[in-house]
Amino acid sequence: MILDWLPPTLIGVLLVLAGIGAIRRMNLWRAGQAEKVDFLAGLFAMPKRYLHDLHHVVERDKYMSRTHVATGGGFVLAMVLVVFVHLFGVKNEILAWALLAALVLMFCGALFVYKRRMNPPSRLSKGPWMRLPKSLLTFSITFFVLTLPAAGILPEGTGGWILTLVLSVLILMSLSEMLFGMTWGGPMKHAFAGALHLAFHRRPERFGGGRSTGLKPAALGEASHGVAKPTDFKWNQLLGFDACVQCGRCEAVCPAFAAGQPLNPKKLIQDMVVGFAGGTDKKYAGSAYPGVEVGNAKGAPDQIITNGLISSDTLWSCTTCRACVEECPMMIEHVDAIVDMRRFLTLEKGETPNKGAQVLENIIATDNPNGYSPASRTHWAADQNLNLMKDVKQADVLFWVSDGAFDMRSQRILRAFVKLMKAANIDVAILGDEELDSGDVARRLGDDAAFQSLAKRNLATLSKYSFKTIVTTDPHAFHCLKNEYGDFGSDALKGVEVLHHTTFLNRLVKEERLQLDTFKGGKVTYHDPCYLGRYNGEYEAPRELLASLGIDVAEMERSGYRSRCCGGGGGAPITDIPGERRIADMRMEDVVSTGAEMVAVGCQQCTAMLEGVVEPRPVVKDIAEILVSQLAEEVNS
Amino acid sequence: MPPKVNVVSLVSVGRHPQSGRSRRAEQDGRAVELGLKLSKKSLTVVHAGDSQEPVLRQYAGMGLDSLTVLPQAADGDALPVLVEFLKNSKAQVVLTGVRAESGESSGMLPYLLAEQLGWPLVPRVAEILTIKEGAAEVLLALPRGQRRSVIVSLPFIATVDNAAAEARQTAFGPGLRADLKVLNVESVTDDAMATWQISAAKPRPKRLKVVKAKTAADRMKAATAKPVGGGGKVMKNETAAEKAQAIFDLLLEEKVVR
Repeated sequence: MILDWLPPTLIGVLLVLAGIGAIRRMNLWRAGQAEKVDFLAGLFAMPKRYLHDLHHVVERDKYMSRTHVATGGGFVLAMVLVVFVHLFGVKNEILAWALLAALVLMFCGALFVYKRRMNPPSRLSKGPWMRLPKSLLTFSITFFVLTLPAAGILPEGTGGWILTLVLSVLILMSLSEMLFGMTWGGPMKHAFAGALHLAFHRRPERFGGGRSTGLKPAALGEASHGVAKPTDFKWNQLLGFDACVQCGRCEAVCPAFAAGQPLNPKKLIQDMVVGFAGGTDKKYAGSAYPGVEVGNAKGAPDQIITNGLISSDTLWSCTTCRACVEECPMMIEHVDAIVDMRRFLTLEKGETPNKGAQVLENIIATDNPNGYSPASRTHWAADQNLNLMKDVKQADVLFWVSDGAFDMRSQRILRAFVKLMKAANIDVAILGDEELDSGDVARRLGDDAAFQSLAKRNLATLSKYSFKTIVTTDPHAFHCLKNEYGDFGSDALKGVEVLHHTTFLNRLVKEERLQLDTFKGGKVTYHDPCYLGRYNGEYEAPRELLASLGIDVAEMERSGYRSRCCGGGGGAPITDIPGERRIADMRMEDVVSTGAEMVAVGCQQCTAMLEGVVEPRPVVKDIAEILVSQLAEEVNS
Repeated sequence: MPPKVNVVSLVSVGRHPQSGRSRRAEQDGRAVELGLKLSKKSLTVVHAGDSQEPVLRQYAGMGLDSLTVLPQAADGDALPVLVEFLKNSKAQVVLTGVRAESGESSGMLPYLLAEQLGWPLVPRVAEILTIKEGAAEVLLALPRGQRRSVIVSLPFIATVDNAAAEARQTAFGPGLRADLKVLNVESVTDDAMATWQISAAKPRPKRLKVVKAKTAADRMKAATAKPVGGGGKVMKNETAAEKAQAIFDLLLEEKVVR
């Protein structure tokens, strides 16, 4: 045969080209900042991370998880066998039969990919992604036919040189996509970058069921702060951006996108890729940032991101609700990237929009975002007869009051919680005026200097006293205390259990230290606060508490880890980027659609946002308030 | 703006009204903002006092490359060093707040500077419109959002009213990196101050406002207006003696002189 050399040569050449592309791509990532990664452990852990952690997320869409297992698994197996059978020419019928089986598996998967692409949902990117199922089918069919002689099904030389030539053209077409495209920026890039991203992930704690949600502290006092240019990201963050499959699950859950604010997490990640690879977003074929036309963004590794690549409004639209991160099958960290870029805008440019500058100035000068007198922090508790840590020095429970102390609506929650603690005879004390803002808002607005100052001073105060448990009604303060204060080298919280009040109250109810009557009101639904649920994994305690009152929670469609944000996180109400709708209104529509008369909440920020929706609407109450109204009055004996 | 107008903004350490903590003073911040708007390149920001004061970094964070400090001890007098500094500088426009938020807070500093330098003083500026041919067109802030346009020859000193543009956000990074030029000047002790007894200020009693308004619009006006002396009148054509008499009568009426 004259052309027998052609298929192996093509396979070889494309493998070499893919190798060159891989090195090129790696060099793009290496332009990022250094970050310590355990390479070997990561690589060894990668298969398990893929098969277990990643698959766990993909499996939320059963159709897609099965399709991907068949297609991806079939392809990887087939490609390995292709190298042996067709490149090295190993003559083994078992191998050939195995290859045929892998190709059939892949073909079946590819059919389902094809089916999904017939009428794709708007969240999926189109463009080159539309041609992927065809490439997959071409690959499986071509190599199937090519392998038939090796398996002994067809005699060698069937079809003559014409078939060989036709197959060679098809090999070129499909392998261009599957191998060349993998490392030179085609849709298959996700397999290559994704695998390495899983291996070298910046938050390895997330794998194996763990949780890592606290932001990484910014290094202060350097020549610049935050991320200005794509190369200011850590190298493995750049790698993470490259892993995106453009499935748009993030887009589907993003509250800012739904509200018509100029943010789309998928586009943001693609813009980051444009940034570090250089070029424009003209080839992007997914949904745009609402109200922003695609095609005008230009980026380069050393170009300031907000000068032409993305608008700062996009960054400030994020509520840091983490819905995108939770939903991302590739475990990309959108929120980290957004806050990194916000740090540059705030710490270097002084461009925090709208009320941001004023709030930060207040936090710095008065330790609370609204500029109230620090000496009035404990006024809310004038009639509560609470012990001050300053006086008692130690207590079983330290109640972290948070800035709700200054807000009359939040004070109702605080009072309710205090009443419950008193009913259960808890030895509790508060810090009083010694307590400062937790720094949550400052940090999400990018001012890590203010956050770190608050964190260190709060830790210094906490270290003066002894307590076993710290409880707060504010999930934002809870998150800071539990997940972010640990980075500042203090022993103040060592061995201390940090709890949200719902968790704490749930224990009291289980220990029967609280006597509660059955709730006889109407239908109740529960809104999971982002910083309690997705950030800290507490979905059960609030529901158990409601169940203990005999309430059968009418769940919203978006609840638990898929809960929709109220719009109050990440300083979003302060930066207030205009959209078409308000996030809180959309959330209230979710509540209304359950037919509930009351929505139970576990966060003062959510309470404020949801109560800001115009009436008529269901009543908004914190769980502590609902419990306190059911507190059984003690019978005087 | 024509290039090369040498602007000097004087800044002090402010005091937050609620927390009493040091901060960038409200009006001084506006003086820096106005200076940055006039000419970012030829703006000199000067502080007479402690060079270690962290608040200076908050001013620098507005985008200043450097900030000049005339070191003074806590009991120092800012006036003589500032006069000396301004005499030797090529300053054409000096901007200050109306009064400091801490210390004596008498609001006298700009007047004393103007007196000693022999420069005109323009009080409560809202905006500087143009500077050309050795003169500046300045908008003065009057109550109820009124403005008066005046023309003043260079060099001059202006105090910046709260009506001027708000100070821009201060950024941590540039503030941290700005160059603090600490000049070698002698600290002059304020002898007069040493003999004073200082006690905490109490809020001044307010004159009761009798609302005589009949319509909602009038009430709105009464509620939002800055208190103004009711019977003011503009005297332009009268003789100097008549004008002096009018001032004297007013002082008697207000019981300033008895």
